[in-house]
Amino acid sequence: MAQALTHSDPHIGDRPRPAKNYLNATTGIWSWMSTVDHKRIGVMYLVAVLSAFFVGGMFALLIRLTLLTPSHKLFGKVLIDADAYNRVFTLHGAIMVFLFIIPSIPGSLANFVLPLMLGAKDVAFPRLNLASFYLWCGGAALAVTSMIFGAVDTGWTFYTPYSTTTQNAVGLMTMAVFTLGFSSIFTGLNFIATTHKLRAPGMGWFDMPLFVWGTYATAIIQVLATPVLGITMVLLALERAFNIGIFDPKIGGDPVLFQHFFWFYSHPAVYIMIVPGMAIISEIIPTFSRKTIFGYRAIAYSSVALALLGFLVWGHHMFVAGQSELATVIFSALTFLVAIPSGVKLFNWLATMYKGNISLETPMCYAISFLLLFAIGGLTGIFLGALSTDVHLTDTYFVVAHFHYVMMGGTVIAFIGGVHYWWPKITGRMYNEKWGRIACALVFIGFNMTFLTQFFLGSKGMPRRYYNYLDQYQPLHAFSTFGSWVLGLGLFIVAAYLLASLRKPMDAPDNPWGGTTMEWLTSSPPIEHNFEEQPVLEHEPYDYRPKVKKHA
Amino acid sequence: MSTSTVDLQHDPHGEHPDDPHHQHHFTTMEQQFDTSKIGMWLFLATEVLLFGGLFVGFGMMQARFPEEFKEAHEHLQRPLGALNTVVLLFSSWTMVMGVLSARTNQRKKLVIYLMITILCACIFLGVKYFEYSHKIEEGLLPGHYYTHHGDKIPNTHGYATFFSFYFMMTGLHGIHILVGIGLLWWIAVRGNRGEFNSSYYTPVDLVGLYWHLVDLIWIYLFPLYYLIS
Amino acid sequence: MEWFRSLMLPPQGSAFAAEVDALYMFLFWLSAVLFLGIAFAAIYFAIRYKYVPGRVTPHITHNTTLEIVWSVLPLLLCVVIFFWGLEGWMKYSVAPGESMEIQVTAKKWIWTFEYPDGSRTANDIHVPVGKPVKFIMTSEDVLHDFFVPDMRVKHDIVPGRYTEVWFTPTVLGPHHFTCAEYCGKGHSDMMGKLTVDNEADFKKWLETGGDDWKNYPPEVWGQMQREQKGCATCHSIDGTRGQGPSWKGIYGKMETMSDGKSYLVDDAYLQESMMQPNAKIVKGFEAIMPSFQGLLHPQDIRGLIAYIKTLK
Repeated sequence: MAQALTHSDPHIGDRPRPAKNYLNATTGIWSWMSTVDHKRIGVMYLVAVLSAFFVGGMFALLIRLTLLTPSHKLFGKVLIDADAYNRVFTLHGAIMVFLFIIPSIPGSLANFVLPLMLGAKDVAFPRLNLASFYLWCGGAALAVTSMIFGAVDTGWTFYTPYSTTTQNAVGLMTMAVFTLGFSSIFTGLNFIATTHKLRAPGMGWFDMPLFVWGTYATAIIQVLATPVLGITMVLLALERAFNIGIFDPKIGGDPVLFQHFFWFYSHPAVYIMIVPGMAIISEIIPTFSRKTIFGYRAIAYSSVALALLGFLVWGHHMFVAGQSELATVIFSALTFLVAIPSGVKLFNWLATMYKGNISLETPMCYAISFLLLFAIGGLTGIFLGALSTDVHLTDTYFVVAHFHYVMMGGTVIAFIGGVHYWWPKITGRMYNEKWGRIACALVFIGFNMTFLTQFFLGSKGMPRRYYNYLDQYQPLHAFSTFGSWVLGLGLFIVAAYLLASLRKPMDAPDNPWGGTTMEWLTSSPPIEHNFEEQPVLEHEPYDYRPKVKKHA
Repeated sequence: MSTSTVDLQHDPHGEHPDDPHHQHHFTTMEQQFDTSKIGMWLFLATEVLLFGGLFVGFGMMQARFPEEFKEAHEHLQRPLGALNTVVLLFSSWTMVMGVLSARTNQRKKLVIYLMITILCACIFLGVKYFEYSHKIEEGLLPGHYYTHHGDKIPNTHGYATFFSFYFMMTGLHGIHILVGIGLLWWIAVRGNRGEFNSSYYTPVDLVGLYWHLVDLIWIYLFPLYYLIS
Repeated sequence: MEWFRSLMLPPQGSAFAAEVDALYMFLFWLSAVLFLGIAFAAIYFAIRYKYVPGRVTPHITHNTTLEIVWSVLPLLLCVVIFFWGLEGWMKYSVAPGESMEIQVTAKKWIWTFEYPDGSRTANDIHVPVGKPVKFIMTSEDVLHDFFVPDMRVKHDIVPGRYTEVWFTPTVLGPHHFTCAEYCGKGHSDMMGKLTVDNEADFKKWLETGGDDWKNYPPEVWGQMQREQKGCATCHSIDGTRGQGPSWKGIYGKMETMSDGKSYLVDDAYLQESMMQPNAKIVKGFEAIMPSFQGLLHPQDIRGLIAYIKTLK
């Protein structure tokens, strides 16, 4: 019989663990490299993006260490010079954006969970899914190659005409970004088709888990925005190689046109990064509040609204860049519209917690951290959306702090929360709960030390991408650097106890948190074809009302 | 309750154990076909946007250099462009007939129509070859390779920019034609083996969609470059 | 309140700064209240509704009134903030007709300014108090951005285009300006001094370069000019090779030029190198130095030569 979803006790659903699961169904390196199983591809993606996160994070710590003092000296020696510094922050940005955050949640967690949540056996195009992963690898290889050939010192935004004239490996890096773009497109395309056609019997659009809604909205942006990035990178590379005359003003091109092209993708890309993070939070909060989600439709629609509005606000990166005055005013007005769906989500999550039955396991700790950090990220966005304050704050550390609150305080915190939430499902093992909470506290404190400080630096007039700075900023810079160590320590602990959990035998129940979505119906870890029987949806999502088992 | 549900884990072909094209994660062939179509349409959307970026760039540069662009387009041979348009339109028709043949189990007709489509594609590329070599001879080349003499406006990069876009856009389109030839050949070979029938012709249908897109893009490229006024 | 503002924002140097700050502080308090509300709710709920095994939660799926309220109220608030920001923006983007116009040329990594009377300076500007000044800016290479924190204005500088920014300084004394659009290796050194003078001091400075120099020995003044006028970006004083030859031990040396001839580096040679830098190019370097004709007053040239002599 089909399995009915019931959930009065968090540990329900336990049964003997199947001997064969997706991890041990086949063995050998080749069985992984040639796999078309979305779960294995998800795991490979997870390893890959976390490696990128590690490398990008090391660059971040190096940046902070360099800025500890205005002389950049450590034990009497200059740490890195201005040229090296410019390469380091460019690599930090490019790796974190293109190799880590954009593919992070879609590539790893959504790849693993989305088909399970829909009750499907795989994504729509399993081979395309594997191709997407190898394109990621290709992009990463190109990025690494560019580091060998002198790296790139343009900033991750590749602004022309600096990027068309600088003597380093910009060509390789643009090809890396182009390749990663197609990896992202294929993932998105796959998820849209999967969501449309592979839902379990009885599952209508408004019966889907909100994580699926968020991933679906993200996929739309991935498919519709990324090709423009691709062609922009091609144009940039051709401008460098042949002087085609589109971006370089010396031959009649328009450098501001590049910014329009770039942000036409890269602003929607912000929503490729944050919407999946929000989608994870929409899963964690009802589960640990043991209460149905408040405003399901509002949250679902707001994901789609964010995806669409994301295409209309790219000009807010360019208020002082030389676009027309009228465009600036219109982009500012549209930008404020983004505040509404973001606010709606925040209020809905809080309302979900109201009168809940809340336990603070690690994923929930990250979800609450997310609420606070994303609130700050969103509210400081208003400073930058308002025209007159943006004139002062743009291109300063205020912007740096703002997007780190959204990208790291939002997406990365949600991602780590999601990794904890689905860790038992993915690996079949529970991690150390006590260390989980300690590390979460350290990450939260360290993050705020690092980046709250930078709002003050920026307001005081400290421009971004500065190697040297005036002495007056030193105390704040030093404090931010100390914060980065706390943050680094927190993340190191996370890595340590998660890896440690892999050494013990499998101990995770099927549904450790009492979740109501379909991925908890199968064993932990799932069997190769996900479900022993096709699950059938029998009630609306996030239904925590006590139930009588209909078919006992 | 579905006590009768087939245990799918041990039967990768589910309810269609006899159709070798049926993938295990789809319940029905129909679902599989629809899914493939959605995937193809989405891919075509990305293609439109890819070219869309170039169209926008062309528009911006035309606004910057209106006189140069107008003069430069006179170097293009309008009759050859028109010929290619007709050839591609005709090939779209043969493609439609090809898909129809596959759907109606007419194996021989399918192969013939596909071969005609490939022939049209080759004619298109042949014409393009003549056009390109004429440009190369006259130095009408992109960017800093532009060496043409006798232009009306001195000291401008506008002509070179026009030919940069001309080569980028027709070149990218040409690459799509080449890929198309490969795909058409592939389904022609499979069709010849009798792999397609009324219940399974997904690849023919998808390649057909792709070919129409390539055709459609040319329908926009032709007036943009050859008919500026 | 004043001290609280100064915790976050730089000193106010113009009327526009006060307007920007008013909106900034409003947004700050608004954000603080909203954030504390959200944080309080999240933490309060987590404690108040702490997990009790077996407790059943109410099934609340939505509340239309509440949802409309929390969508519409923020929207109204956003409308207010948008128009508030727009009001400031209108002032920022339209300079008064009677503004003094200063032409700005940005180049990796030096600022040059030209006043209406034709006098030029580098990385150092004086403006009269209470008069609107308009900067008409262009770049010779890549993007730059003219940012004056105390005046709360900045604008990108785009090669091949002219962009403008203006303000009316209200506070006498020194301020600084800086490059806010990434432009490469020397980006963070592309800073300069903005001095707001009264009318008389400004006139005097425009004619003679001011009297400051009289307070210093020539070599110290020269050292200050090296920093201020941007010499330091390309010419090191410790022998390291930069965009141009290092000044260390250069005085009195025979230098070989790119045309093969050799010259003695003496007072005349140094002066020529500042005024017509491309007349003689030291072998192995490129002809990229801009002319400092009109940028350096006689006392500056004397000072620089005196300073170079001290670098043995």
